[in-house]
Amino acid sequence: MSENVYIIGAGIHPFGRTDSRSGREQGVYAVREALTDAGLEWPDIECAYGGSAAAGNADIMVNELGLTSLPFTNVANGCATGGSALAASQQAIASGMYDLALAVGFDKHPRGAFNAKPADYGLPEWYGQTGMMLTTQFFALKIQRYMQLHGISRTTLGKVAEKAFRNGTITPHAWRRSPVDLDTIMNAPMINDPLTKYMFCSPAEGAVALILASEKKMKELGADGVKIRAVAVKTRPPNSFEVFQAGISIEEGGKPTVLASKAAFEKAGIGPEDISVAQLQDTESGAEIMHMAENGFCKDGDQEEWLANGWTEIGGRLPVNTDGGCLACGEPIGASGLRQVYENVTQLRGRAGERQVPGKVRFGYSHVYGAPGLSGVAILERE
Amino acid sequence: MGEKIDPNLWSDDPLPHLMGGRLPSGQVVFPMPVGDAAQGVEPYKLSRRGKLWSWTSQGFLPKEPYEGPGSGPGEGPPDFQPFLLGYVELPGEVIVESRIVDCRLEDLYLGLDLEFCIVPFNARFDTFAFRPASQAESQVA
Repeated sequence: MSENVYIIGAGIHPFGRTDSRSGREQGVYAVREALTDAGLEWPDIECAYGGSAAAGNADIMVNELGLTSLPFTNVANGCATGGSALAASQQAIASGMYDLALAVGFDKHPRGAFNAKPADYGLPEWYGQTGMMLTTQFFALKIQRYMQLHGISRTTLGKVAEKAFRNGTITPHAWRRSPVDLDTIMNAPMINDPLTKYMFCSPAEGAVALILASEKKMKELGADGVKIRAVAVKTRPPNSFEVFQAGISIEEGGKPTVLASKAAFEKAGIGPEDISVAQLQDTESGAEIMHMAENGFCKDGDQEEWLANGWTEIGGRLPVNTDGGCLACGEPIGASGLRQVYENVTQLRGRAGERQVPGKVRFGYSHVYGAPGLSGVAILERE
Repeated sequence: MGEKIDPNLWSDDPLPHLMGGRLPSGQVVFPMPVGDAAQGVEPYKLSRRGKLWSWTSQGFLPKEPYEGPGSGPGEGPPDFQPFLLGYVELPGEVIVESRIVDCRLEDLYLGLDLEFCIVPFNARFDTFAFRPASQAESQVA
């Protein structure tokens, strides 16, 4: 029998560019914000999990936060760093071993597209030498085929980006705070057809910290907690189509997102129709569209109607990426998945200000996807 | 002709084949695995003909480890030559990622018939690509 786990503190360092702070300093800032939010002091925290992809180890943060001798586990799990840190801290409390845990993710990337080394991904050197080792190409190749098979228009891609920038204008932690109109998005320089410059997120900086508590501890503190109904992290099944693949099987395989989504819904005992707000991985416009279907919120091809009718807007049938997502916030890899959870905590507590989803917000859904083919889903509940 | 960008990437036949591998299960993979992963995997000459599975354009100069035009000493984005790439389904075998040459973006569609070819890559190396299938080889195939 595992314990119920609640998020009782959430802190964020604004995303974007902060030249004056290292990635880890942004992490420390987020931890302090989360502690203040929970009404706790650093020595109260019993264990911690965290990391970054490009800004160093998380456990060194004890130098700034205090040498309390707590166990602090570094997480290095690429795009799933935040999701894995959340899953580990959730398990630490669900097991009954601890009552208060920290999950933290931060990052700071150089400008421009990520450059990956073929050997790190088990690929031959020619793959990188000839200009195929680019994540942006994968996303373009995946959405290009999807558009052909399911009748998604270029305008729909543009509308996803337009919504992201509009939501960013009313989100204090977003990087892009100015609206961008549909014409500008559609006519911007083409990066990888069919995706223009404004349809891609950019590597960035930022940090998020979450404090998790047992039910007993939450009640003792009288904290404003949001329940973690389910967390699921899945790596790719056989024959799937993922980033950095020189060859794909002719047999159509499964998808890590579909697996993680189904596992999370099963654990939570609810379905997509119960979700009030969703944060879906939007590395680029097409990813948000495909992930709407992969997470079970609509059928393949229905996104055309959804976007035309504004059903994913704040106030729509299912608001998606209410803080502007990766498109408006940028993607500091280690922090990005936790930002989605932070946004859902904020929405479920009714503290999202101008971007607050109207009405009763009971279930919040977050989904992160990354190389080399893994997905993490978290479902939160406001009891 | 330049040097092959990887000596084992395609065969040295008069009409070269991209080299994949056949697993003990019979599944065909690309590229041919190396090291311990190659145990029990037979080198396999992939079909020279296939159909376009998806495509995109590369419109900006990639960072390292890219070694094509624009990446050399004293070169930069103005020297970069945008290119097309995609996935090509080789019937019954595997779907391979490749440069797509001798056509324009607007000519591409799902299922377009393509054939294997070798193209110059930079001052030193050749690489592989697929191009719209020629009438001559269509008749042979």
